Amino acid sequence: MESKHKFRKELELYLHIPFCVRKCNYCDFLSMPAEEEVRRHYVNCLLEEIRQKGGLCREYQVSTVFFGGGTPSLLAGVQIAELMEAIGNSFSVASDAEITIECNPGTLDRQKLLFYKNAGVNRLSIGLQSALDRELQLLGRIHTYGQFLENYDLARKMGFENINVDLISALPGQKTEDWEYTLRKVLELRPEHISAYSLMVEEGTPFYEQYGRDERCREQGGHPCYLPEEETEQEMYRLAGQMMNEKGYRRYEISNYARPGRECRHNIGYWRGISYLGLGIGSASLMERLRFSNIGSMEEYLEHCRGLGKGTLCFGSQSAGEFLGEQSLAGILQNAPELLNAEQVIALDKKQRMEEFMFLGLRMTEGVSRKEFKERFGAELEGVYGTVLQKLCSQGMLEQKEGRISLTEEGIFVSNYILSEFLL
Amino acid sequence: MAAIDQSKIRNFCIIAHIDHGKSTLADRIIEKTGLLTSREMQAQVLDNMELERERGITIKAQTVRIVYQAKDGEEYIFNLIDTPGHVDFNYEVSRSLAACDGAILVVDAAQGIEAQTLANVYLALDHDLDVLPVINKIDLPSAQPDRVIDEIEDVIGLEAQDAPQISAKTGLNIEEVLEQIVEKIPAPGGNADNPLQALIFDSVYDSYKGVIVFCRLKEGRVKPGTTIRMMATGAMADVVEVGYFGAGQFIPCEELSAGMVGYITASLKNVRDTQVGDTVTDAGRPCKEPLPGYKKVNSMVYCGMYPADGAKYPDLRDALEKLQLNDAALQFEPETSIALGFGFRCGFLGLLHLEIIQERLEREYNLDLVTTAPGVIYKVHKTNGEVIELTNPSNLPDPAEIEYMEEPVVSAEVMVTSEYIGAIMDLCQERRGTYISMEYMEETRALLRYELPLNEIIYDFFDALKSRSRGYASFDYEMKGYARSELVKLDILINKEEVDALSFIVHSGTAYERGRKMCEKLKEEIPRHLFEIPIQAAIGSKVIARETVKAMRKDVLAKCYGGDITRKRKLLEKQKEGKKRMRQIGNVEIPQKAFMSVLKLDDK
Repeated sequence: MESKHKFRKELELYLHIPFCVRKCNYCDFLSMPAEEEVRRHYVNCLLEEIRQKGGLCREYQVSTVFFGGGTPSLLAGVQIAELMEAIGNSFSVASDAEITIECNPGTLDRQKLLFYKNAGVNRLSIGLQSALDRELQLLGRIHTYGQFLENYDLARKMGFENINVDLISALPGQKTEDWEYTLRKVLELRPEHISAYSLMVEEGTPFYEQYGRDERCREQGGHPCYLPEEETEQEMYRLAGQMMNEKGYRRYEISNYARPGRECRHNIGYWRGISYLGLGIGSASLMERLRFSNIGSMEEYLEHCRGLGKGTLCFGSQSAGEFLGEQSLAGILQNAPELLNAEQVIALDKKQRMEEFMFLGLRMTEGVSRKEFKERFGAELEGVYGTVLQKLCSQGMLEQKEGRISLTEEGIFVSNYILSEFLL
Repeated sequence: MAAIDQSKIRNFCIIAHIDHGKSTLADRIIEKTGLLTSREMQAQVLDNMELERERGITIKAQTVRIVYQAKDGEEYIFNLIDTPGHVDFNYEVSRSLAACDGAILVVDAAQGIEAQTLANVYLALDHDLDVLPVINKIDLPSAQPDRVIDEIEDVIGLEAQDAPQISAKTGLNIEEVLEQIVEKIPAPGGNADNPLQALIFDSVYDSYKGVIVFCRLKEGRVKPGTTIRMMATGAMADVVEVGYFGAGQFIPCEELSAGMVGYITASLKNVRDTQVGDTVTDAGRPCKEPLPGYKKVNSMVYCGMYPADGAKYPDLRDALEKLQLNDAALQFEPETSIALGFGFRCGFLGLLHLEIIQERLEREYNLDLVTTAPGVIYKVHKTNGEVIELTNPSNLPDPAEIEYMEEPVVSAEVMVTSEYIGAIMDLCQERRGTYISMEYMEETRALLRYELPLNEIIYDFFDALKSRSRGYASFDYEMKGYARSELVKLDILINKEEVDALSFIVHSGTAYERGRKMCEKLKEEIPRHLFEIPIQAAIGSKVIARETVKAMRKDVLAKCYGGDITRKRKLLEKQKEGKKRMRQIGNVEIPQKAFMSVLKLDDK
């Protein structure tokens, strides 16, 4: 596993597991219930993809691995172990790599956790969402708070000492007290990390049918019937920050809180523009200043993989040898993306990279650094964004401290509006 | 071409209330006389502007010469002058009528006499025209020709028993109309040997021929080479070509002589030199005096027109200049607004004229415009005795310098069925009308006369009239003069900053109501910002209405989409795109359509 090369580039791996027991009412991620056979077939394809792409990433060292979904914990423990083994064989993985798996309460047991542990998984991210069973029901979750507690305790007993709990606030009909209850219950458990998102009503979900109009009404400054008022949402957000702070958590990103040193390295990578490679359907990647995503259709993904042996590019008919050595990863992506199962390949120009540096960097509490901007782009931050910065600072949306620029508490609430100002 | 026997010429126009079938009858006459076969006919030949056909209105006067083989075996020459039908173009109508010797009055067999029917008949009688009534649309199930005949006789006092009962749509009884034109409309008078005296009733600019003057020769003759002089504008030019009007084309001839209707092209560059109503004479042998009735056409309604994209300012100027070549009534001069940048203050005959110009600029010249609220010309009497004609509210002097102000007033006639009299009277009251009189035309219909301030009718009076009478009221007006009035300038402040492009002049009695509605409307149009935006209506320093656009409280993309940055970027780009079509006033971004929203403050 140890790196043979001294100065390898950092790479994060994301593995998409698009399966769940059933779709939640608010979820618009690429995920679906599926037969065991489909899941097995999918894992086989993933294994192929890992071997193939690993061969193209020899200059990189993997610093984080993230199994996201869907519900990755729906897979058998042995399948996760197989995937991890393949990753270890095909990529150079740092010894201190952060390896996370997303789990849903109700899908974990001792066996599974044992497999994870032995496979090197060192971080669990558990989707709780609420400590109130009626809210869980409203969201269409498959579990109760009690089941979560059992799973959580089990994980702790088995020695998982880096756990994240996902929560969602501003649910239809939710009161500030309800949110406070959930926060209190979870803080009692002292997880290392808490992600607390406000509910987004996304198009194409059952929630959109029910609450889409209500949300549009709220967007226009009106009074919603089911969703909490904007002021209530704000109150919930403030409350979360305050309660976490009291218990020793720090907000390091708009919706993420952690005990010192327990920030999620994988997610921070996204905001900092670190290279990442997505594996599995619909997953996004950033490599060599190229953004691309894997094809999103399960059918196509499985088809492309079928019948191809080792040593070839698994998602095409030509062998890797024809390209390796002759062409770089970037070259293949730009000339024959289908060989890598990639689509929507976008080469980022300097303007786009500056924009991303700003609108991603500002999501983090520490914000962006003037010095780093200059190092990356050879231009002063003021020269590019002077007017915008001045305006937003004077409006109290941004603050400048010690060479860094960050969102203020006020700015966080309207972050979309503010971040859009950084598009050139 | 052989000399034309004056006694075989008939110069006439068709007058009617809107939609009573004027243009359809014109088409039918052209078709019946064989000028065009029906296959060649495009519906409504004379309305040749795309916009005219679409809106079913005539904007420019159109003329066509037709040869008719009458039952008496003789060939007659008909000059049919189609006139604009809208009150905005009243002066053009009156000049067109002055070029005729008779008029066909078309009355809808189902609707009967309407306000414009009356207005047009009076106008025709004023010009000593013989009026020939025609009952149209008798094919409609609801047609009541007998009732309409009685109405024409009772209300107008015209003999109508033998009025042709026709359907211009199906072509029924059109021959009867043609025969009556020969019988009842007099041949023109005048002597070809007298000095030239010709009335200009229209002019158009053609990029090949230059200015083409449409005229009716009252006396004398004109041919290529004659040096002509416009008696009012003084412009002189050598005639290049004379001719008459085919269907949609100009047919040159050797000369035009007394009694004829035709066109003259000369070395003229600008339609402004050839104003409607002016008299053309022979510079070498001038007539003693011009024909009566000429007046300079003045704009009645003003508004600011600005390009949505500031860089298009030169394009807008070019487009206005081109339109002006064909439209002497269009006026414009450059102005600047703090809110809207560089643009033009434009003057129009009326709101319809304004809308037509606006539409032509947008369609034919592909310009995206921001138009400010239209206003009229106010006379501001200053304490130092000076009188200012105010077309732009922003230029109103300090109240301390104003002695008093005057506003234009019109005499209006509204024809309405008796059940809606109350509603219409209420409307006129609300619009600060002064009741003059009411007459019953017949048992169920009345003619209401009011004096109304022009600025109360230029916005949405017509719409309000239609909606309150369920479409049964008809309306006509003419300028009466100026009257002293309590007027104030209403300013709109957005986030405490005055937006000059939104200021307007209003009567002090309706200022509160207007101010309140403006604020409400703007609140709907202005999107939420990071901060609260007060919208205030103020007279001087006194705020009379206020609304607030609440600050945006939440606009956070809290959910983390993993590595799908492209999706996040798309969301941000969408947000940014929305901001583009905005005007920045101070810290506030105002959508362009907000500037137009003031036009649509209709009450009910």
